[in-house]
Amino acid sequence: MKKKRDLIIGLALIVVLLVVLRILEVNISPQSQWAMLLTVLKKGSIYALVAVSMNLLNGFTGLFSLGQAGFMMIGAYTYAIFTIPVDQREMVYMYYDGGIIQFALPAVLGIILAGIAAALFAFLIGIPVLRLKSDYLAIATLGFAEIMKALFQWDSLGPLTNGSNMLRSYPTPASASVIYPFVVSGICIAIIVMLINSTYGRAFKAIRDDEIAAEAMGINLAHHKRIAFTVSSFFAGISGALLAMFQTNVQAKSFNSAMTYEILLIVVIGGIGSVTGSVISSFLFIACSEWLLRFLDEQHVIGDFTVPLLRSGFRKVVFSIIIMVIVLFFRQGIMGTREFSISGIIDKITGKSRKAKREGGNS
Amino acid sequence: MSDQNILEVRDLNVAYGGIKAVKGISFDVPKGEVVTLIGANGAGKSSTLRSICGLVRPSSGSIRLNGEEIAGKTPEVIVSKHITMVPEGRRVFADLTVLENLKIGAYLRKDALDDDLAWVYDLFPRLKERSWQLAGTLSGGEQQMLAIGRALMSRPDLIMMDEPSLGLAPIVVQGVFDIIREINRQGKTILLVEQNANMALHAAHHGYVMEVGTITMSGTGRELADDESVKAAYLGKSRKA
Repeated sequence: MKKKRDLIIGLALIVVLLVVLRILEVNISPQSQWAMLLTVLKKGSIYALVAVSMNLLNGFTGLFSLGQAGFMMIGAYTYAIFTIPVDQREMVYMYYDGGIIQFALPAVLGIILAGIAAALFAFLIGIPVLRLKSDYLAIATLGFAEIMKALFQWDSLGPLTNGSNMLRSYPTPASASVIYPFVVSGICIAIIVMLINSTYGRAFKAIRDDEIAAEAMGINLAHHKRIAFTVSSFFAGISGALLAMFQTNVQAKSFNSAMTYEILLIVVIGGIGSVTGSVISSFLFIACSEWLLRFLDEQHVIGDFTVPLLRSGFRKVVFSIIIMVIVLFFRQGIMGTREFSISGIIDKITGKSRKAKREGGNS
Repeated sequence: MSDQNILEVRDLNVAYGGIKAVKGISFDVPKGEVVTLIGANGAGKSSTLRSICGLVRPSSGSIRLNGEEIAGKTPEVIVSKHITMVPEGRRVFADLTVLENLKIGAYLRKDALDDDLAWVYDLFPRLKERSWQLAGTLSGGEQQMLAIGRALMSRPDLIMMDEPSLGLAPIVVQGVFDIIREINRQGKTILLVEQNANMALHAAHHGYVMEVGTITMSGTGRELADDESVKAAYLGKSRKA
């Protein structure tokens, strides 16, 4: 009964969300001051996916990995390389005689391939790297991401990656419509949530809490860590593909370690171990950094009074202060390890208590 | 090599780097009994248990479970052979609920858990009351109960317990040993490692005394509890001249 009710309400909310997004999209003209809202929604949904994928690793399996930007880059490049239309290749790969790949896949296949490529790299790098723990793992994965960034800009790989030149002219459905990244991210996050709630997810959490006890229960540590790492990277690759669409061009140097830290920040602010926390904080983070705090960078004059301090770059100061406040006063992040759930709210309103934590209303 | 022994350990050596923790010990665990290894810190008791369940690779020696050699196998292989360990210091999964902890205990099983859950909740009614509580918020005694319950969920024939009385109040320790007797009465074989020699020897059918990596004495629980040198070393009585 209750399960069915939750399912119906959940589906209804998703439909309402998509309709609202569509209405916004149709009615906001690119020139209006609200156009930024669409950008925030697009980029926010893309970051939500990569943040949740990082949370799967850092929050649920206890593997402190900083390679997320690297796997996004692999995804973004894979998508771009395989979907640029054949007649555009001569122009994009102008320094490399049109590149070595002379076919183009449809966008959907490109996205899946992006995930697979990232997962494959993760599987291979995971064999040596996952033997490491905590900070050492973080350093190794960060190093891996930097190496990949350098490798993709290497001139000898130019016919494939276009060297240090950007890739462009590929199909960009996630840039054209806000619905597209929402649906793709939503499906991916739903899959991650299902994984977390499965037996595998329980084993991940057991490893996070106590490796020795988990091993004594018969959980194969290496096997489960590899699964978490590979799956997390698969979805990071997909979000990389979405980001490539959103940006309409791809360049290796934009996937730097600062990007990984942004994602880490989103995870920490949202709450390590909370999927909905990561989703909420992605939108908040992107909204603050791209839109809401922009006014701090401009000079404002009220009457004869020029507001002091406001100048280019001040936004970042305020932003840093907000982050410090969060770290000091909300040490667990916005959500801690709790989950935001529709059924929980309904139960609260109707006055029923419900002990089971359920996931609802994501994407 | 009789059919009566569920576990037979022969000439087991365990070393960490160059340091030998266990130096060629041999002992048997007969089916359906409570066997205890007692000894001071650093005697090699925990290392023995850890090597039996595969967390540490023994450097040499034989460990036979129902006649089958398991020395050097991985924990997941060993746990799948109906042998389980309650680790030292309880080590419950603090951020998981009591129910989730119990389910993890049955991780290698694919069949239905309802009967076993009912059995564990029957043994530990307190856990049932708290099944939705995070394990980290339980008291020490409750965590020990959860650790034992979690081990029982794998439906083991042999349960190894590493210092279940560690850090618990005397009244709670009494409860833990009551449970050990109860589980044994229900047909489970128990290998108990303890510093609390008094309680352990009174609960055990058979006991071994370990000192710096070797077994120095063995006998029935009663014999050892009455032995003067054991009394002097572990039961707090002064050695008679």
